[in-house]
Amino acid sequence: MAKNVRPRVKAPRSAEAGEVVVIKTLISHKMESGQRKDSDGNIIPRSIIHRFVCDFNGENVIDVKMEPAISTNPYFEFEATIPESGDFQFTWHDDDGSVYEETKTVKVG
Amino acid sequence: MNFTRRETMVIGAAAAAAATLPMPALASKTEDLIAEFTGGAEVGEGGVMLDAPEIAENGNTVPIEVSAEGAEAIMVLAAGNPEPPVATFRFGPLAGAHRAKTRIRLAGTQDVVAVARMADGSFTKTSKTVKVTIGGCGG
Repeated sequence: MAKNVRPRVKAPRSAEAGEVVVIKTLISHKMESGQRKDSDGNIIPRSIIHRFVCDFNGENVIDVKMEPAISTNPYFEFEATIPESGDFQFTWHDDDGSVYEETKTVKVG
Repeated sequence: MNFTRRETMVIGAAAAAAATLPMPALASKTEDLIAEFTGGAEVGEGGVMLDAPEIAENGNTVPIEVSAEGAEAIMVLAAGNPEPPVATFRFGPLAGAHRAKTRIRLAGTQDVVAVARMADGSFTKTSKTVKVTIGGCGG
């Protein structure tokens, strides 16, 4: 597991039924591209988060396939429809097999 | 062996063509990826929006935004990076808008390409040139 990986998500606590809300996510990760070399000229192996998924009550909002060209500390901003009260599940999949998760609850009404 | 003027011209033209070959080879990597994404279908223009700065001072973190109304998926490519793929966004049933923002790495001044797959199975693309002052691939 990569060190110091901390997911952060900005989502509203409440919404109207059917409202479209903006979600912002940021996860601290070095996103080693596999292109860089260390001081001895050896290539530093690739180590990135390769997939990000956001679901709401089990239904998919967005599913992103990420490549090494995504910057350090990957940031995503997107929109989601809130049909009813429930939970957002955010999942990041690391190259090393680690999975980072975050949950946010949204109340309708 | 004596060359006629005509033969010399032909050899010269062939040498010039050979010298320019690496450039189309690089571009075709992007084209191959687009073909893989579309399955060889024709790619139209319009309907997909790509927002990126005209000049990015730091290629390590270039903010971009893609959107395409009614898109199932949007693929982003950086044609001038050592590895052109950047990200593929797939929108689920609860996507509020077919829009996403992120930050990407660009190795140098180049074209960023966005290809969208629409719900009806058609494809559309757009591209934008971004000038990069400091490259973002550790070079």
